[in-house]
Amino acid sequence: METVPATGLLAASWLLIALPLAGAAVLLLGGKRTDRWGHLLAIGTVVAAFVLAVASTVQLSGLTTKSVGVELFTFISTGQLDVTAGLLYDPLSAVFVLLITGVGALIHVYSVGYMAHDPARRRFFAYLNLFVAAMLLLVLGDSFVALYVGWEGVGLASYLLIAFWYQRPAAATAAKKAFVMNRVGDVGLALAVFVMFVQLGTTSYAGVLGSVGLLAGGTVTALGLLLLLGACGKSGQFPLQAWLPDAMEGPTPVSALIHAATMVTAGVYLIARSAPVFDASPTARTVVLVVGAITILIGAVAGCAFDDIKKVLAWSTVSQIGYMFLAVGLGPVGYVAAIAHLLTHGFFKAGLFLGAGSVMHGMGDQTDMRRFGGLAGRMKTTFVTFGLGYLALIGFPFLSGYWTKDAIIEAAFDRGGVSGYLLGGVAVLGAGLTAFYMTRLMLMTFAGRPRWEDGVHPHESPAVMTAPMVVLAVGSVAAGFLLVEVFPLADWLAPVFGAPEEATAHVVPPLAVSVLVTLVVAVGVLVAWLFVGRREVPVVAPERVSLPVRAARNALYADTVNETVFMRPGMWLTRALVYVDNRGVDGLVNGIGAGLGGSSSRLGRTQTGFVRSYALGMLGGAVLVAAALLAVAS
Amino acid sequence: MTDVLAAVEIGTGEAVTFWVLGPIALAGALGMVFARNAVHSALFLVNTMLALGVFYVVQEAPFLGAVQIIVYTGAIMILFLFVLMLVGRDSSDSVVETLRGQRVAATVLGVGFAGLVGAGIARATQDLPVAGLEAVQGGAGGAADGNIEAIARLLFTRYLPAFEVTSALLITAAVGAMVLAHIEREPGSRQTQKELSRARFLTSEHPQTLPGPGIYARANSIAAPGRLPDGSPSEASFATGVEPQVVDELPPGGHSGGGWGPGAGRGDGPDGALGTTRGTGGELR
Amino acid sequence: MSLTNYLVLAAVLFTIGAVGVLVRRNAIVVFMCIELMLNSVNLTLVTFARATGTLDGQVIAFFVMVVAAAEVVVGLAIIMSIYRTRRSASVDDANLLKY
Repeated sequence: METVPATGLLAASWLLIALPLAGAAVLLLGGKRTDRWGHLLAIGTVVAAFVLAVASTVQLSGLTTKSVGVELFTFISTGQLDVTAGLLYDPLSAVFVLLITGVGALIHVYSVGYMAHDPARRRFFAYLNLFVAAMLLLVLGDSFVALYVGWEGVGLASYLLIAFWYQRPAAATAAKKAFVMNRVGDVGLALAVFVMFVQLGTTSYAGVLGSVGLLAGGTVTALGLLLLLGACGKSGQFPLQAWLPDAMEGPTPVSALIHAATMVTAGVYLIARSAPVFDASPTARTVVLVVGAITILIGAVAGCAFDDIKKVLAWSTVSQIGYMFLAVGLGPVGYVAAIAHLLTHGFFKAGLFLGAGSVMHGMGDQTDMRRFGGLAGRMKTTFVTFGLGYLALIGFPFLSGYWTKDAIIEAAFDRGGVSGYLLGGVAVLGAGLTAFYMTRLMLMTFAGRPRWEDGVHPHESPAVMTAPMVVLAVGSVAAGFLLVEVFPLADWLAPVFGAPEEATAHVVPPLAVSVLVTLVVAVGVLVAWLFVGRREVPVVAPERVSLPVRAARNALYADTVNETVFMRPGMWLTRALVYVDNRGVDGLVNGIGAGLGGSSSRLGRTQTGFVRSYALGMLGGAVLVAAALLAVAS
Repeated sequence: MTDVLAAVEIGTGEAVTFWVLGPIALAGALGMVFARNAVHSALFLVNTMLALGVFYVVQEAPFLGAVQIIVYTGAIMILFLFVLMLVGRDSSDSVVETLRGQRVAATVLGVGFAGLVGAGIARATQDLPVAGLEAVQGGAGGAADGNIEAIARLLFTRYLPAFEVTSALLITAAVGAMVLAHIEREPGSRQTQKELSRARFLTSEHPQTLPGPGIYARANSIAAPGRLPDGSPSEASFATGVEPQVVDELPPGGHSGGGWGPGAGRGDGPDGALGTTRGTGGELR
Repeated sequence: MSLTNYLVLAAVLFTIGAVGVLVRRNAIVVFMCIELMLNSVNLTLVTFARATGTLDGQVIAFFVMVVAAAEVVVGLAIIMSIYRTRRSASVDDANLLKY
């Protein structure tokens, strides 16, 4: 992959990162002085970054070599490791930059209204800006080290924002959980970077991806699995999916931006960016497939059982990112589909979260769907935008989800053989479940009889909140069609993933797949209506439920498994180590000390202070000397 | 040198002197150690020193013998007695040993030391020829100067530097003794004997001489016996005609080994003891 | 009868002085015991002077006496000042310097 030096606007693409970072710095260091205008500055930096990104992308599209490198400075320079901090602006990162800055700008605007009454609004915007800067670094960096820096930066921002209301124990705990589980994945990514350095002596994309062929098969597989571990941690994929629903303790705009649209898709970006590694290792790719398929089902099943509107959306996010993993696991045919689904998902899931935030805003921060109902009439704009997002997500024909999800399902069937049918079946089943739980959510929230708590007066949110929702709703409707038919993403990404090969022989005809998926989705909707829409929704969740429902409510016991397999043995190990340390190591040290101290004080007892005792000692010494002299003389 | 000079025979008179005065000197030494009254000890020591002085004279050192009698028994021992009187020694010392095993160990080591050194000296010197001092100082039949002239010659020639240093030592000792024994007084604050005595009897709880070292006196009642250092009542302090009985006593001091003597009941530290000194200090002056 | 008698007597006197130092508590008596030890050494010096036929032993014994006199003066002054503050002449009472 050729890379040309940057010219014109592209040379200034470091501003993309610098602008939000400067905004964060000003807001964090400026203190209370920036309280009044801080959010405007934050919006300004992100909007400016978005404008710059659009202009840069336009310039990029005019270039013949669509891969632009920006050398900034030498980051690390040691004996064998030279890491230069540089940016890589190519179609893939351009897509991400547009998504991050675009959705980010909309959510910044939305947050002005959502956080209007929060005393710490300035801090919120500072963290959001920090997140945008770190995320841009993640996608713009030209080496795995730069990616890692951004990776950790978004992790930090995510931690800070989940724990934004750190006074709530649940939020603080959720932030810790997210941070620790992300750390598990980050270790994998760090090890992957170490492996690259040891095996190849370089960490830049060009150096690593260009010389994957030089590595032994086992090394490539290990590299791929380590990268996958990192991706799983960041994207909430099996087996590290448990943190993402808990992260909903953060403010809703955070859930929309970080935990739906951008950060959690970083894992997909990582695998797509490292495509040559996975191309070279079928084993790693198969593992990606399996992880994606399992996660689709886990997310969809858990999403069916939760009553918290944000957690349902979070499980939906887990499930949808599972689709993307499934897609990237399919190989070259799936990369474009994954990125396309990532983009449309960014639109409609962000829109759904913003809608959920709007509902919560109107319902006094209530998140329990059993306390909603009948909101369609009271919150018209929210209902319409949310409904469009919902239709896009379940794959209603000719909306975004239809185009991108069906492409993934098609690709899964095209894999061929038993595994192809299996994966395709899983994807179709996931689509049906998605339709079920999203319809359930819609019915419980907007339809039926009001089940509001006393003193709650639902009202539509201010325009500053609804405007971004409208924009995202438009995106939800149109993005799929635009990306697949009008401006084919496959052509745009061709410089990165290779030219789109015209699939000659489909295992299952595309039309048949579309019909099948639409039918399954219709069944899901119907079942949801039968279960939820037709009957009265109880205000309190029923206790006596069947075993599968109970398992789904407990998120398929992921936390239990984690606690049993990792936490308990870890604690036992820690206790054992502490015991050994206290009794063994400390005991030895303290024993020596106590022994010396005791014998010293015993010896000290001979120093009675009585001069006659000392004189006795002198006489004894004299006797000894005399005896020795005589013994020597005789 | 002993080979050159003819050995001098030790006469019978000297042997008689030794066997008479040797046991006396030994008895004086033992008496000094075992006498309970310090004044008796001093007198026993005088006895031993006199015997040693005679030995010096017998051993052709008449000058040293005279100095021994004049300086040691005459000056130094009188100084001892002065100090004893000042310290107020009119009762006997306690003979209870407070350090465990001290007496046994001292006896064993002492016997061992005496045995080893005595045996060593005896073995090394039993055939030692006696050169005699006639050649250097003239004796009974000698030609040279007398003992004093010989010593003086040696002292002012070979030992002159040491002699001069000795003078510095004596001056230093005299000044040191003055500094140590001196008590600073405000001019005009000197009290008369009458005032001192009155002050003592009016303010002090203890007008009379304090008991010997190692005896606790923790009550004013005549019926309470003094305590020996080991805590047992001292028989010597039993009052005649009064049965010893338990009376209110000051709490015992914190020191088990020896305590602070009379001051033990009033305070644990030197400050407490200082407080008592101020009350009865007059008798020291 | 030989000079050995004097020397052995001196050794025994020295030992008695040493044992006296160990067993007596009264500081003044302890001092007297030290004087006895010095005297016994003087006896050996005089005896060896006679045995070797030189006067140096006697001169040294003379110096010992001078030093003993100075020592007695200073030592008794120290005992006096201790007695003044402590009201005690027992060597066991000055036992602060310990563990």
